[in-house]
Amino acid sequence: MRVQQTVAVGTAKRWLKRGAWLSVLALAVAVPLLAQVPGPDYGEFGIFGLDRRDAVWIAAQLHLLFAAFVLGVPMFAVVIEAIGIFGGDKKYDKLAKEFTRLLLVAYSATAIWGAILVFFLSTLYPRFWVYLTGIFAPSMWLYAVMFFAESFTLYLYYYGWDAWSKGAAKKVHWVLGILLNVWGTIVMLIANSWLTFMMSPPPELTADTAPQSVKLWSAIANATWMPINIHRLLANVVFGGAIVGAYAAYRFLTSETDEERAHYDWMGYTGNFIAIGALIVLPFAGYWLGREIYEFSQQMGITMMGGFMSWLWIIQAFLIGILFLTGNYYLWIGMGRIPGAERFQPYIKYMLLVLVIGVIVWATPNTMIADRDEIAAMGGQQHPFLGVLGVMSAKNTAVNLMILTTFLSFLMYRQANKRPVVSWAKAGTVLQFAAFAVAAAVVLFFGIRGYFVTAIVRIGFSVYQVAAVLATIVFVIGIDVAMSRGAESRGEIQWGKMPPRSQYALLILAVTFTWLMGLMGFARSGIRQHWHVYEVIRDTSEQAFTPALGPAATMISICVLIFFGLVGMIFWLGGLAEKSVYEEKDA
Amino acid sequence: MKGLRHPFLQGAIVIAVGFVIFKYVIGYVLPVFGIASAPVPASVVFQYTLTVLVGVLLYMSAEESRWEKFREPLKRTMVDHDRRRLRGVLMVAIPALVGWLAYQNVKPSFGAPATLRSVHPAPPNQITYRGLPIELRGLENPLRHSGTLEEHVAVGRAIYTKNCVPCHGDRLDGDGHFAGAFNPIPADFTAPGTLPQLTESFVFWRIAKGGPGLPQEGAPWNSAMPAWENILEQDEIWATIIYLYEQSGASPRTWEAEGEEGAEE
Repeated sequence: MRVQQTVAVGTAKRWLKRGAWLSVLALAVAVPLLAQVPGPDYGEFGIFGLDRRDAVWIAAQLHLLFAAFVLGVPMFAVVIEAIGIFGGDKKYDKLAKEFTRLLLVAYSATAIWGAILVFFLSTLYPRFWVYLTGIFAPSMWLYAVMFFAESFTLYLYYYGWDAWSKGAAKKVHWVLGILLNVWGTIVMLIANSWLTFMMSPPPELTADTAPQSVKLWSAIANATWMPINIHRLLANVVFGGAIVGAYAAYRFLTSETDEERAHYDWMGYTGNFIAIGALIVLPFAGYWLGREIYEFSQQMGITMMGGFMSWLWIIQAFLIGILFLTGNYYLWIGMGRIPGAERFQPYIKYMLLVLVIGVIVWATPNTMIADRDEIAAMGGQQHPFLGVLGVMSAKNTAVNLMILTTFLSFLMYRQANKRPVVSWAKAGTVLQFAAFAVAAAVVLFFGIRGYFVTAIVRIGFSVYQVAAVLATIVFVIGIDVAMSRGAESRGEIQWGKMPPRSQYALLILAVTFTWLMGLMGFARSGIRQHWHVYEVIRDTSEQAFTPALGPAATMISICVLIFFGLVGMIFWLGGLAEKSVYEEKDA
Repeated sequence: MKGLRHPFLQGAIVIAVGFVIFKYVIGYVLPVFGIASAPVPASVVFQYTLTVLVGVLLYMSAEESRWEKFREPLKRTMVDHDRRRLRGVLMVAIPALVGWLAYQNVKPSFGAPATLRSVHPAPPNQITYRGLPIELRGLENPLRHSGTLEEHVAVGRAIYTKNCVPCHGDRLDGDGHFAGAFNPIPADFTAPGTLPQLTESFVFWRIAKGGPGLPQEGAPWNSAMPAWENILEQDEIWATIIYLYEQSGASPRTWEAEGEEGAEE
């Protein structure tokens, strides 16, 4: 254990402290100095051909990705540890600890990028930075306190793992894990208030309002704060699961023994299960956020969904289509290692058909890319026949059917090696299928009906569609749990007997989630257009323009590449530390 | 017929059928049966066919024995001695095909390049009409609460016929006498994506401010629409809007009541 600690944690601890201190130092220095000394509104930056906005963009995006890592993975770890404690299976405990070890290095990376972001903001956007600190200074101090609480709780959580591994001490250790999540969530809520303030400041705020006169709580509890909080919280669970899946895939592919492969196969499945499970409810949180953006400013909402950012949603549809296809694909391949799953094989092609049609419908653009001749033939940029697929009725229907199909894949996977013994098993199966059929019928009915009613009525239909899908999921799981009691096994799952392509599917999921976060983050931030604080503080720099899709996509992809380069290093360090432990034991 | 059971052939047939449907059936067969359609833009055909290709590959590789069988002809073509002639032909044909496709993409053409236009500009919260401020958010058509519908439709029809028909057409379908001279072409008010998706305040903003009043985002708009606030009175614009909705049979999008759940799509 000592070797492990010294290799992975020693430097991490130092980096973490440095990063955190530097952040606080930058805050402390910037506020009094810049508030008093007149100077330029913007600083100069010209390294590697990047301008000041590029620099802040990269730092903010990487900070956010690592922050999502260090918020998502502890959620995962604490749940897995609880399963280990209350279920009595030691392998869960081992898994939770393995991830906490990765967190130590990831924390330092988060702190470093946070410090870089603060330095860039205070030196490249000094006037705006002073404005923000004028309003939010107390929350920034609280942020620093919470950050320290989080860091030291993490140290206690990790280093105390073996010391507090039995009886009541183990439960106290688990409470530490919960506390770690609580501090992390508070840190996220505070940071969210700063960025949502820039999007949706309090309505009474004008350009002439002195920042010191703004009430802190009105700035924090702005119109989009809570929707973003919920959306990010759920997304972090998804991201944590996906990163766990990617780590497991990496370790699976580099494993040399069947035992290791079995462990990492199981870990990959667990990560993927959590990621896809949370993903199913994520669109509803996103929908709420979208509604709040419209409520705050119709202009902002239309810019996002119907204006120049609308094509981002087609790209998003593609990426989410990849998530659905890949997530299901992983489960279908996984059935190859479950005795009894053969009976479900004939249905896969129909489920795939629903998913492919769903992706086609969801990614059909309302305004198509076409040359002059094609536009002339269509009589505009909307296709006379395919145009019906470009509106929300079609897209809501498609995504709800895709969610139902994905849930059906999970159900098949879960039931694959079980033979129910309860007397009502047949009736239960019929009920489950009836629930699926009713949900699909409700989704289709309201999808088609949506074309024949006014927009205001149509919006309400999406609630019925979502309710039908969620109710079916709850109902079917309830029956399944009852049916599985005392069920006979058709054979044990042969963990580790997975082809390598299944692991690449897990890696694709993690990369796609990360890309989506960058893309949608750009949409959220970009809809402010030429405002630092929407319709209050104008961006007067040369970079006030909103970048077109191409440059934005390039920048986001660069951030994703850097992130995975660094995450790859963290994974490698994790393996290195473990290797050292094995060598020590062997010696 | 036995060959048809081979996964590789089945996959190839599914992709080919998909391509034929996207490229030809939607564009050319549906109109024969009286269904309104048009040739599908190349970008969309590519997008759809790619999705089907991915679906086929996922299906084939989701089960080990099927994947083995699917790969078998590819593997044999690349490795087996008795397929060296076919291999030679493919080694010439595939690069030639790629080269031809590349040439088709880059060769000089007289056509305008493919465009990606946003046709849904975001309205401001407030505009000025001849200097007077008007709050657009929550704004309703004032004529809906005064006079009779017939009167407003009659006024609107006269104004539309006098000012709008040359571009937007007497059938409101954007096919007026001058329409062919514009790029982008005038809006088609009979399309489901135009009037039914918009509040009357949005239509008022577009008529009053025209092309010059379009927001900077999404520029260049290249819209030839005049700013009618310089020519028409406010009530004349509102009456024209009532005529547009009545004549096209569409209902305007409505604002949500205060405190009611929901937002625009």
